[in-house]
Amino acid sequence: MSAEAHGHDHGHDHEHEHHHKDTFITKYIFSIDHKMIAKQYLITGIVMGVIGIAMSLLFRMQLAWPEESFKIFNVLLGDKFAPDGVMANDIYLALVTIHGTIMVFFVLTAGLSGTFSNLLIPLQIGARDMASGFMNMISYWLFFLSAVVMLCSLFVEAGPASAGWTIYPPLSALPQAIPGSGTGMTLWLVSMAIFIASSLMGSLNYIVTVLNLRTKGMSMTRLPLTIWTFFVTAIIGVISFPVLLSAALLLIFDRSFGTSFFLSDIYIAGEVLHYQGGSPVLFEHLFWFLGHPEVYIVILPAMGLVSEIMATNARKPIFGYRAMIMSVLAIAFLSTIVWGHHMFISGMNPFLGSVFTFTTLLIAIPSAVKAFNWITTLWKGNLQFNPAMLFSIGMVSTFITGGLTGIILGDSTLDINVHDTYFVIAHFHLVMGISALYGMFAGIYHWFPKMYGRMLNKNLGYIHFWVTAVCAYGVFFPMHFIGLAGLPRRYYTNTNFPLFDDLQNVNVLITTFALVGGAFQLVFLYNFFSSIFYGKKATQNPWKSTTLEWTTPVEHIHGNWPGEIPHVYRWPYDYSNPNHDVDFVPQNVPMKEGEEVLHH
Amino acid sequence: MTSLLVIIVLVLLAVALWQLTKIFDLTQVGASSDDSQVASDNDNNVQGYIMFGFLAFIYIFTIYGLLKWGNLALHTPASEHGSLVDNLMNITWVLIFIVQVITQGLLYWFSFKNRGNKDRKALFFADSNKLEAIWSIIPSVVLACLILYGLYAWNNIMFVDKDEDVIEIELYAQQFKWTARYAGQDNVLGKANVRLIEGVNTLGVDMSDPNAQDDIVVSELHIPKGKKVHFKMRSQDVLHSAYFPHFRAQMNCVPGMVTEFAFVPTYTTAEYRELPFMVEKVANINKLRAERSAELVAKGGTALDPYTFDYLLLCNKICGASHYNMQMKVVVDTPEDYKKWLSEKTTLAQDIKAAAAAEKPAEGAAPTTDTAAKVIDTVKTVVDTVKAAVAKVAMK
Repeated sequence: MSAEAHGHDHGHDHEHEHHHKDTFITKYIFSIDHKMIAKQYLITGIVMGVIGIAMSLLFRMQLAWPEESFKIFNVLLGDKFAPDGVMANDIYLALVTIHGTIMVFFVLTAGLSGTFSNLLIPLQIGARDMASGFMNMISYWLFFLSAVVMLCSLFVEAGPASAGWTIYPPLSALPQAIPGSGTGMTLWLVSMAIFIASSLMGSLNYIVTVLNLRTKGMSMTRLPLTIWTFFVTAIIGVISFPVLLSAALLLIFDRSFGTSFFLSDIYIAGEVLHYQGGSPVLFEHLFWFLGHPEVYIVILPAMGLVSEIMATNARKPIFGYRAMIMSVLAIAFLSTIVWGHHMFISGMNPFLGSVFTFTTLLIAIPSAVKAFNWITTLWKGNLQFNPAMLFSIGMVSTFITGGLTGIILGDSTLDINVHDTYFVIAHFHLVMGISALYGMFAGIYHWFPKMYGRMLNKNLGYIHFWVTAVCAYGVFFPMHFIGLAGLPRRYYTNTNFPLFDDLQNVNVLITTFALVGGAFQLVFLYNFFSSIFYGKKATQNPWKSTTLEWTTPVEHIHGNWPGEIPHVYRWPYDYSNPNHDVDFVPQNVPMKEGEEVLHH
Repeated sequence: MTSLLVIIVLVLLAVALWQLTKIFDLTQVGASSDDSQVASDNDNNVQGYIMFGFLAFIYIFTIYGLLKWGNLALHTPASEHGSLVDNLMNITWVLIFIVQVITQGLLYWFSFKNRGNKDRKALFFADSNKLEAIWSIIPSVVLACLILYGLYAWNNIMFVDKDEDVIEIELYAQQFKWTARYAGQDNVLGKANVRLIEGVNTLGVDMSDPNAQDDIVVSELHIPKGKKVHFKMRSQDVLHSAYFPHFRAQMNCVPGMVTEFAFVPTYTTAEYRELPFMVEKVANINKLRAERSAELVAKGGTALDPYTFDYLLLCNKICGASHYNMQMKVVVDTPEDYKKWLSEKTTLAQDIKAAAAAEKPAEGAAPTTDTAAKVIDTVKTVVDTVKAAVAKVAMK
């Protein structure tokens, strides 16, 4: 312990450390330490990611070689859903649905935000832990529970939810309409309700921690961009997730208690149902009121991670720090008023469509600012190509490629003809799927030393990145063309349409890239799990970074800093500051006498 | 089976790769400091060049894609507003293409150019109001233009003028088929509700409505060239989406409400088949189908029919297990052919009468008294059998 340790708040922590002995259970399972909780989120997220990606490979195989027999289908899906190794059409829809749900919520929301918000918020703002460690623990375990419920739904007799991850009623409400809307859907809704509770507890914790527990000198405009994005993400989550909860509750009422919030005038399986006066369009509004902010909940933390990693590895301040904050705020604000662009042709009033076109295309402006600021950050930098940096550059690349086609989809006129085609799949997988995954990978490569005290193997990281980068473009770039050809998404096969016969070769190519890309994620898994135990020991600040987390010891301790919490004297991006000889000045280094602030 | 082999090969390849990196690591044992997993100048150099290579990959892949798959995209629009849509689309594409080429170029070029080196120091360049103003204002102006054009087109397409001379057609969606109802002589569709579904009246048309008397129900959609067709869409069970890719038209069908979309077809089916791009496309598809047929026949299957083009109406909103096969043929006729085709169709009222009459002789064979109760009984049994049949089909 540092000899200078004094001050009574610190004294308390000090005592705490000495008297509190961790058992296995309190350390690894019901831990209230934010660093352990972050690791729990990460491992759970990775496990869910493996399942989600594996599912996508299965249905990609079906799309490339429709109705062909694969032993592996039979092994994984069983005799009911893949007799003789041929995938059945209802399990295809189930795979698509659960792939979407797992990737969006369990991997890119909880896995990404949960991991890095928990790890970095206390460490980077200079706090000993989250505002409420207990609530943080509950948040993780609710997330874990929801993941377990979701996975249980895979083993329901009639199959898991299969109405698409958007679960539009009436399809999701009526087991007569699709078998997955029975018990499978019930479990889906229960799982999501638990998930939302978990997400809200996490988000509230993040907001409170950022507002209240910043160390001395850490003003809001000295926060690293990571913290800004986590903070804003948490706010969007708190605003929009409860709306999904209410939609889910109303859907449960319709399904189980005979109410008619979303259902009306339905004749199915030879009988008229009693529902009257409800509207599926109402559900669409409620769903997308979360659903659209959700894509920013996914992408904003990735943007924050990338900004931070890029500045560190370019040995340059992030360009336009304030503009970056403003654009995050602008994106967050706009994200809550654009949900209608998912519904241009849902039957809502076309005038409303005009309004949503307007707000949607406005988002391109802050997005463009961000993209150009990243590119300028690279200009005249001294780029250190660590694997995290490669993934960050890759993220900017896919974000631009995917984001640009948003100009087409956000324009109601153009959306008419590409809505719900593979064009949409190509767009959102690049702009939020792949980009957010890259952001997550970048974060893992960058903060692995902080999490496990060891380094990931860089050469495996290089292989992982380059194969993934080529395959990601290989999968999603050709998809634009089959979308422009008018091929609808969520088709089990397109063999019933000779019109689409000439797209089949493209589908085979896409699947080949997907299989190769999927297989190379094993390189990452190997690297990750073997490095936890056998990786090279990390130094305290391996990337020569300026932020506070690198001032903590490599070995994790409760309370993060053994002595006093460092004070902050400068912004987080003093890289290559001409007033200093070294190319980075940590935030806890006081300003030199007469040193001027060189940024706005 | 082959793909399983492919996967195994890939896994082995991955294994081989990490073994290689292990060896690579071992050869560097001497230099193994604590920083051995942090990028060295050598790494920066190698990765910088790969960055440049990747930029080339993106450019080449884009050009390859445009050449190889560019002609897969939907071509000449077959509706009047379609050219407006395609025009806006083309403008947007040019813009996207330019921005994509420039930004990706800068991103990877800067990465290559500024690859790290121990002897260099980066430029401290934290902000510039001028630059930030440039890349806020230029996108704003460009987007403003796109928004204006887009809204102009949207308003033209989506709002149907009440006084306009249009043909009213109802599109009726159910798992997993489409039905069309023509408004008949009066050009007004009779009221309908799924609660009225009974026997041959599968659309639940209200036969007490005078407007419904001349309505015609068909399972193949015919529309005339050059006339505005106003579709009113209904769904019987779940959400569906009526997607006419060639006409640049799409609208969801929502149970409990009526949605609408209108367009003017500009090419008859025969004319569209003759367009050069279509001739080429169909020839290509038939070549692929012939190859596939040869394969099938070799395996003892039956050959595929050669393909001729037809406009299609697809379902484009997930609607159940057989969503992938919910389609209807659409035929665009000359106005004369259209009139002739329609005049040959029987009205729903006639269909209902015929169905009732068809039942009667069967009953007539048995000795009957002419009481009203008996008739009602008969109708009831007929309805029940039809209901049961419908239920069976729906269950399937």
